[in-house]
Amino acid sequence: MAPRTDEESRWFWEACARQEFVLQHCVACGVIRFHPRTLCPACLSAETAFVRASGRGEVYTFTVTWQNQSPAWRERLPYVLAWVQLEEGPLVLSNVVDCKPEAVCIGLKVEVVFEDAGEGLAVPRFKPFEGA
Amino acid sequence: MNPNEAVLVGAFEHPRRFAPDKTAFQLAAEAAAGALADAGLKPQDIDGYATSGVGPIGILSMCHQLDIRPNWLDSTSIGGSSFVAHVGTAAAAIAAGLCETVLITYAATAASEKFAVGTGGNDAGDPPDAFYAPYGPTIVGAYGMVAARHRHEFGTTPEQLAEIAVTMRRHAGLNPHARYREPITVEDVLKSRIVSSPLHLLDCCMISDGAGALVLTTRERARDLPKTPVTIRGSAVAVRHGGHGPRDLLDIAACQSGPKAFERAGLRPADVDLCMVYDSFTITVLATLEALGFCARGEGGAFVENGRIGLGGELPVNPDGGGLSSNHPGMRGIFLVIEAVKQLRGECGSRQVEGAKVALCHGTGGWLGITHSGATLLLGGEG
Repeated sequence: MAPRTDEESRWFWEACARQEFVLQHCVACGVIRFHPRTLCPACLSAETAFVRASGRGEVYTFTVTWQNQSPAWRERLPYVLAWVQLEEGPLVLSNVVDCKPEAVCIGLKVEVVFEDAGEGLAVPRFKPFEGA
Repeated sequence: MNPNEAVLVGAFEHPRRFAPDKTAFQLAAEAAAGALADAGLKPQDIDGYATSGVGPIGILSMCHQLDIRPNWLDSTSIGGSSFVAHVGTAAAAIAAGLCETVLITYAATAASEKFAVGTGGNDAGDPPDAFYAPYGPTIVGAYGMVAARHRHEFGTTPEQLAEIAVTMRRHAGLNPHARYREPITVEDVLKSRIVSSPLHLLDCCMISDGAGALVLTTRERARDLPKTPVTIRGSAVAVRHGGHGPRDLLDIAACQSGPKAFERAGLRPADVDLCMVYDSFTITVLATLEALGFCARGEGGAFVENGRIGLGGELPVNPDGGGLSSNHPGMRGIFLVIEAVKQLRGECGSRQVEGAKVALCHGTGGWLGITHSGATLLLGGEG
């Protein structure tokens, strides 16, 4: 499922295709932000550094979706929609994949996986953390 | 006292729940006629108009349909809470002298169009949505994630959520126009299929057709009108979204709009006799009652048990049966205000909240748990 990109966000999905989950870091006030925006909403500075996130986090909350009328999702049912809290702080909406829905719980440690979306883009999703 | 103080003088809920033979514009016009008749006013009296859910500039087409030429317009569009917000902005406009008599309408034919309100696609096309769309969110799922988090933090049980649906159904049994009137049990709710965990089918509101309208005017003008005017005590709106990243999903918009509306009204939760809460899902009611301060955060599960939110209980919620059992054409906010007006006038027959003096309406618009609005309105009592 290809992401919808625009001038302000395309770089994020391109970074995903390089296997990197990248957050913006305001050089002026230090706030980390997600999703991507050119201006820091806190101090309005456009001076931005880009930091590679660890890609690890934990499930803040989730739902197992059993009904979705849109054809693309109907064939993926049931699937897990989740807010994942990144180690760096932000909550990101995503899916927990590569496991049975019943294996997902709040607090589950997860790590990012990148699903190729073609055209030099990829979509980050999360799977249960298997590292040390 | 401001001689232009605004009061509610007309309210009408269309009795139809399924109307494949009518357009939404037709239903809106019929609802407008009903509310004007209730108010004892004519179309020519309207000099302010508010609506939502009719397309980006659909309010212009609605003016054409109704053949009105208002001096003041509001098509604030913040989801199902819009019409609760309209009452606040209309009251402010009237008080400021921008107009004298405001009509608010809502109509939709979601059921006859077979519109999948809660389980359809989600991408509204705005840049922030691009970071949600690839993950398949549904409205039910968005609310489900709030329910899951609430359960995790406070141990809220599926039975406690189900109790809300059972109570709404019991109320609907007393409303002759309600769509679903047969009683249900907690077990019925828990046995119904999961749509998006932990929410079952019977934790979800229905999809119906429907329409409603409200009329506001000055207290001065209301002296000559047939119905007892309903005082508008205070209102407020708020928004919650993903911000720049960190977030507490249980800090919902009602946590901001509720206290602000109470402060403006000079009232406290203990003063409220009747609550009209947007019950898109059972969790919406529980989270909203907590956020408005009727119980502490985390205590919503225990609060809704033992008939407390039923007719005859400590805080009756949605005596009309709500969106869970009476009607839900997609944006239910206007019906919260219509029922509150009728309750405060004492017109509700067997579902009347005895001695109701102060009513609170709270609409939630959009997707609780992702991006949503809240609009709180306090009505009644003499201030």
